[in-house]
Amino acid sequence: MSRYFTDEHEWIDVSGDIATVGITDYAQEQLGDIVFVELPAEGKVFAKGDDAAVVESVKAASDVYAPISGEVVEANGALEDEPALVNSDAEEDGWFFKLRLTDTSELDELMDEAAYKEFVANL
Amino acid sequence: MSMLKEGRPTAPVAVEQGDAIPATFTGNRGLMLEEALIFELGDDRTTGVDLEPAPAAPSRLGGLDRSAPIGLAGLSEPETVRHYTRLSRQNYGIDLGVFPLGSCTMKHNPRLNESVARLPGFADVHPLQPVSTVQGALGVMEQLSDWLLKLTNMAAVALSPKAGAHGELCGLLAIRAALEAQGDARSVILVPESAHGTNPATAAFCGYRVEDIPATEDGRVNVAALTARLGPDVAAVMITNPNTCGLFERDMKVIADAVHGVGAFVYCDGANFNAIVGRVRPGDLGVDAMHINLHKTFSTPHGGGGPGSGPVVLSAALAPYAPLPFVERGEDGSLHLIEEETAGEHHAGSFGRMTAFHGQMGMYTRALTYMLSHGNDGLRQVSGDAVLNANYVLRSLEGVLDAPFGAAGPCMHEALFSDKGLAEGFSTIDVAKGLIDEGFHPMTMYFPLVVHGAMLVEPTETESKAGLDQFIGALRSVATRAKNGDPSLKGAPHFAPRRRLDETQAARKPVLSWTPPAPAEAAE
Repeated sequence: MSRYFTDEHEWIDVSGDIATVGITDYAQEQLGDIVFVELPAEGKVFAKGDDAAVVESVKAASDVYAPISGEVVEANGALEDEPALVNSDAEEDGWFFKLRLTDTSELDELMDEAAYKEFVANL
Repeated sequence: MSMLKEGRPTAPVAVEQGDAIPATFTGNRGLMLEEALIFELGDDRTTGVDLEPAPAAPSRLGGLDRSAPIGLAGLSEPETVRHYTRLSRQNYGIDLGVFPLGSCTMKHNPRLNESVARLPGFADVHPLQPVSTVQGALGVMEQLSDWLLKLTNMAAVALSPKAGAHGELCGLLAIRAALEAQGDARSVILVPESAHGTNPATAAFCGYRVEDIPATEDGRVNVAALTARLGPDVAAVMITNPNTCGLFERDMKVIADAVHGVGAFVYCDGANFNAIVGRVRPGDLGVDAMHINLHKTFSTPHGGGGPGSGPVVLSAALAPYAPLPFVERGEDGSLHLIEEETAGEHHAGSFGRMTAFHGQMGMYTRALTYMLSHGNDGLRQVSGDAVLNANYVLRSLEGVLDAPFGAAGPCMHEALFSDKGLAEGFSTIDVAKGLIDEGFHPMTMYFPLVVHGAMLVEPTETESKAGLDQFIGALRSVATRAKNGDPSLKGAPHFAPRRRLDETQAARKPVLSWTPPAPAEAAE
């Protein structure tokens, strides 16, 4: 399984043709206490860059974009009851949704962990 | 002599008790009374009104009759009066002191406005009354329209929008109607970072795609970035002027010409009109549509005090699309309302209507009273004094608080500070909470977003120098504590009816309704 990152602070774990998407630890830190997460419905089809989810913190509401194209196969319902999971465990239990990839070549445009770390360090 | 030794001591006796303040039995602190929720008061057998039980009648509710008591709070009349009076004492309003919220123009509401609005001929009219019986009220609307058009140099005004964001919607709907009439529906609205937060929301609500235009270092619209983005897909640009950094957009005319050059329209958010009223006419700057918050610039009460009212002035290009209704004077001198049935050729392009009736009549009366009692020279002095007061705040505090655009010259109606220079771990929220202890409503905080930890102070023209000096002294004292890392400030407010609230928990697990406590277990 390999992990990719976007410059919109999303992480993507790819296993077979299923990608798990969440926001990075850096993002949750910047957003502050997260109070609400709106997740996409199963079966929804996204093109890369579409608005896929909304994350609301005490500071502001932010859109989470689909980092790659695909169909939603599962959303993390645990976040609806406990949005704080995104703060406490952004890059594991705080995942947002899983997509069935339609175009794996899109992954080539994403960053690996080292590149993302460097990206964040320069912000 | 007769020695009468009864009586009370009349001077306080010094007592050594340190700083500890004893808790009270009631939770009340002197004259500041702790108050329970209304449902926790009284009981369901008490009521201020006794009614005979309703006579039994056959039910027509099809089995949907209420089967359990509704659970309304039971209070006698004095309990009810005390409940709400006590709550009102925990509130803060413009009638209590400085209310420095930025971009809110919380000015004094003259009592003359109130007495005029309460005249029966204005207060008791019904929107469906025959127009022959409300000529005076229609006259107010006509005269108010005339003043608004003269102050803005625009072609038409729609009075009916109910407040600022509703006015924005009205303006954008007129722009959309105008573009569609040309067969050129466009998809994008540009909003600079220095605009009000409601602007992008309105554009999105109207179905447009919103694109940001960055601000310059000195807090104004980046004209180069804006003009570079203009094109045939841009329907309008929404600019707030003066903007939310409290600065006048000096390039407004250049921007408007460029926007018109690509066939797009200029929407101006007029929420900050108080800083320029009587001095700048937006129509001269190329504005096509602008809402005017009567409840800000023209002193009609808002917030908890009353409804807003956001008339929209329109340029000649947009005037044919203005919403109904209008007040028009007939050849015989009588006033009538132009509605759907009477619109005719002249208003055939109207995009529809914003409200069921005619808007906020009470606010029209108050705003016109304000205009007439101030006059042309008075309104000019309003904006002059508002700007003077804001600059007094800015210059008095820039030594202790960081003023990011302070070097860019004078500000307009509001002074903007950032949290730069506060001690590690201290932020704008601590300054705001400290101000509550000093007896002031906090300023607008963390907005606009172009400044880190923004503190936006709009004093308005109705504060005296003595009042401003006290506010400045308080803010200076609190800011100094925040710069020195005074730990007691993290616990502020200490003297408010409630201490610092857990906003995260309030948002994550909001308790939105009262649940009766579980009945106590029957004693064994």
